[in-house]
Amino acid sequence: MSSKKRKKDGPIDFTIDGQKVQAQEGWTILETARHYHIPIPTLCYHPAVHPWGSCRLCVVEIRQDGRANVTASCLAKPVAGIEVLTDSERVQNVRQWVLEMLLAECPASQEIKELAAQHGVTSTRFAITDPNEECLKCGRCVAVCNEVVGAQALTFGSRGVKKRLETPYRVPNNMCIGCGCCVSVCPTGALQARLDTVRGDISRRTGHGFAH
Amino acid sequence: MKKIKDVSEFQELRQTLLAAYDPDQPVARVCLGPGCLALGAEKVSQTFKSALKKKKGSFKVQPLIKATGCHGFCSQGTLVSLAPLDLMYVRVKPEDVPEIVETSLIKGKAVERLLYSDNGTRYKSAAEIPFYRAQQKIVLKNVGVVDPLDIQDAIRSGAYQSMAKALLEMSPDEVLKTVEVSGLRGRGGGGFPTGYKWRRAAENARENPGPAYLIANGEEGDPGAFMDRAIMEGDPHAVIEGMIIGGFAMGAHEGFLYVRHEYPIAIQHLSVALQQARALGLVGKNILGTGFDFELHLHRGAGAYVCGEETAIIASLEGRVGEPVVRPPYPVEEGLWNRPTVINNVETWANVPHIVNMGADSYTNLGVPQSTGTKIFSLVGKVKNSGLVEVPMGISLGTLVEGIGGGVPGQGRFKAVQTGGPSGGIIPYELRDITSEGVKQEPAKAVPDEKKGLSVDFDSMAKTGSIMGGGGMIVMDDHDCVVDLARYFLRFLHEESCGKCLPCRLGLQGMLGFLDNFARGQGTPEDIDALESLGQALVDGSLCGLGRSAPNPVLTSIRYFRDEYLAHIVDHKCPAGVCRDLITYSIDPETCDGCGLCAKHCPEACISGKKKKLFTIDTAACIRCGVCREVCPVDAVLVA
Amino acid sequence: MKAKKPTKPKKPTIEIILERYPRHPQHLIGLLQDVQAAFNYISSENLNLICDYVGVPITQAWSIATFYKSFSLEPKGEHEIKVCLGTTCHLKGAERLIEGCERDLHVERGQTTGDQRFTLDTVKCVGACAEAPVVMVDNNYLGQATLISLKDQLKKL
Repeated sequence: MSSKKRKKDGPIDFTIDGQKVQAQEGWTILETARHYHIPIPTLCYHPAVHPWGSCRLCVVEIRQDGRANVTASCLAKPVAGIEVLTDSERVQNVRQWVLEMLLAECPASQEIKELAAQHGVTSTRFAITDPNEECLKCGRCVAVCNEVVGAQALTFGSRGVKKRLETPYRVPNNMCIGCGCCVSVCPTGALQARLDTVRGDISRRTGHGFAH
Repeated sequence: MKKIKDVSEFQELRQTLLAAYDPDQPVARVCLGPGCLALGAEKVSQTFKSALKKKKGSFKVQPLIKATGCHGFCSQGTLVSLAPLDLMYVRVKPEDVPEIVETSLIKGKAVERLLYSDNGTRYKSAAEIPFYRAQQKIVLKNVGVVDPLDIQDAIRSGAYQSMAKALLEMSPDEVLKTVEVSGLRGRGGGGFPTGYKWRRAAENARENPGPAYLIANGEEGDPGAFMDRAIMEGDPHAVIEGMIIGGFAMGAHEGFLYVRHEYPIAIQHLSVALQQARALGLVGKNILGTGFDFELHLHRGAGAYVCGEETAIIASLEGRVGEPVVRPPYPVEEGLWNRPTVINNVETWANVPHIVNMGADSYTNLGVPQSTGTKIFSLVGKVKNSGLVEVPMGISLGTLVEGIGGGVPGQGRFKAVQTGGPSGGIIPYELRDITSEGVKQEPAKAVPDEKKGLSVDFDSMAKTGSIMGGGGMIVMDDHDCVVDLARYFLRFLHEESCGKCLPCRLGLQGMLGFLDNFARGQGTPEDIDALESLGQALVDGSLCGLGRSAPNPVLTSIRYFRDEYLAHIVDHKCPAGVCRDLITYSIDPETCDGCGLCAKHCPEACISGKKKKLFTIDTAACIRCGVCREVCPVDAVLVA
Repeated sequence: MKAKKPTKPKKPTIEIILERYPRHPQHLIGLLQDVQAAFNYISSENLNLICDYVGVPITQAWSIATFYKSFSLEPKGEHEIKVCLGTTCHLKGAERLIEGCERDLHVERGQTTGDQRFTLDTVKCVGACAEAPVVMVDNNYLGQATLISLKDQLKKL
């Protein structure tokens, strides 16, 4: 169970890779690591939206009271006295496999290839279904459209491996206001490539046509 | 029915019902449980009713026909039990009904051929039958006994007595304490201490004033498990009563019964039960005049195994997709609409009235210290006596499968049991003789036969690498392939994954790719190591329990049956004769009688021969679809 | 014996279905269930009506309608054939049964035949494990199903 204290805590002291760190109230482990310039790879995390925890690249190992759990650092709130490891064997194992999965999921993405290469992953054992795909279903675009912009024009349809980023009825959505935030937050070129399938007739809402 | 205003009216109603009960009235209880339904039990029930109408004048007391929930002995369905004669009839067909009416209901004698017989012994009453003898029906006490669509029948059999006791004789804290001391652990498979969960929720609700919610998890998605279905269909009031008691204990006034879409009868029975309970004032405002309000809503699932996960159930109730979120925060802190929420499995809720009734100490006398009480199992697969059983925890696996289950029928040899569904593992049967140190044996007392060997309880099962799980216990014989079964579970989860996190969404597909290769006799022994490594990545990296436990069947099967994997990969053989690409069909020239049925039905038209002469299969074109094996009257098709 | 005229319940309209529920997102799934049951599928008109009624954006309604298996956006066939792929049914050869259906009906699992007569689906599990393998044809159970008994059932329809 998580920390039982419900009243406001002060700063929380713990360690990351042996280094003493202090998290301010409400910080996640990832935010704390970023503050101390301790590198943890991320992909679906974006400071403008709530963390979703889907890519699992940011996992860390948390050791406390003889127990060790692997969990996503973008969502985990630290508890006093824990030992966080950003590069343990278990963490490395998850990361290696996730990067191999990404190479198969988004074979056309240069960003993914570079990220994987940074961690020593250059090939994949997973089957490639669409060699032109770049979307990793990280959820950033949906989150920004829902939480920040409020247009609610994008969503995920279906589940499992059939999960797709799409619009209702798979036709361009007139709720879209053409702000471009989704393209800005997309970690690859995926949304840019499919923007015309999303953006409906924005002249109805803004009075203008497309700029480009 | 008029609303009950206080507890004395309730007791009055109960006494009236008990007084009206005529012990001499013949009652025939027809099982309408899932297994018997599939065998046409409805027709049996209807035939009884129309037969009695015809014979109206022949009885001293008009017999009663009750359609009840599951009697448990599914492999002998349709089951009909008679009282007060205390007879159990098995394999009853509509054609048998007139004889039962004439011989048993009118003349009061047994129809010998319909009694259960085994090894030359005929059994009259259910209590004598070995299948039932080692069981202890506590949670299932009313299932198969009461008419689930009649609340008065339930009340007569004790429903809502515990609720009255809790509301009127105990304080909320006393109820909480009772559940804590009882040691009740979640029956859905997680085994989490229920009392602790309740206590945390109650505390959180106090610290953050506002509503708290209860949810009954009836998503029972494990394939091969129907324990919760039997409770919901056979004794719906048990769940309702358990939740009201829980609400009282925790200060929650609203509950949700979440029932999977694939159980329309359970939904109907719960709906009727709720209506009737509301009409009597047992659900709603000011229950029994105590001032305690509790409202209960019925919600249907929509066909997603992942909605058995706590946060996914919450998402579904809120009108969102069943995508789990990370915990902490746990539902007892922030659950439904961010309020403290307790989610318990249907069987867990159904235990609560019994715990209140018998008291925590008596409850702890059942089972073993860390796993108190009983557990309901669906004992299915390659076992002679398959069905629904309730046994005290700590019973040995051997007693469960061989003593109650009767062992493997036919020529098969016991190979393994699969427990815990897609989150569980495959345990080789040899383990049944190994006593787990997790079980505290009574010192200096002779260990009874039921206690020798692998103990069926939460912790002992977990030590084997599997889990006790929700209750699905599938017995496998040597005609079942472990590689094929591991592949089956991966396919199942692959279709059910919500797809939110990468390790599960793509990792399952990756693992499935390995297993597909193995089933075709392809791959290398190094692939087994890669599979274990990938499995570990899912265990560590997945967001929710579905992904984290998905590798269990594969990893346990590799642990205990590595040789079988190597047989597929290295020898290109499937020892069990299951994996299509590794077996061939041929017709035994000694047995074939030349009838030609096989050739007639073969979809690939690859069987040739002349009438009355030997037929042969073109193995290159054969797809091993199995039709020829099915139609051959002399079992001449061999599998190699 | 008095002949009893069978009464078929009148099909409710979308307005009647909507009125059964309060206007709250928690009833989104319940409404979709009722519409699916009444009309055999969820049309885009009804999906729009439902999401307006309960007050959720169309994107949420769309993701729900495509996430959950019990909803279909295309009309289902006149008859639904559900082959149980529960564990026990699998061990007793359910995979062969569904392949047999796929061959005989010329559809893949999850699809509806061109003439809209049959929808072939899988289900896990129906809880009748002692009778494995089980196939449900509409609401009728076919226990201990074989390729032949299943073929006969289909011929009857």
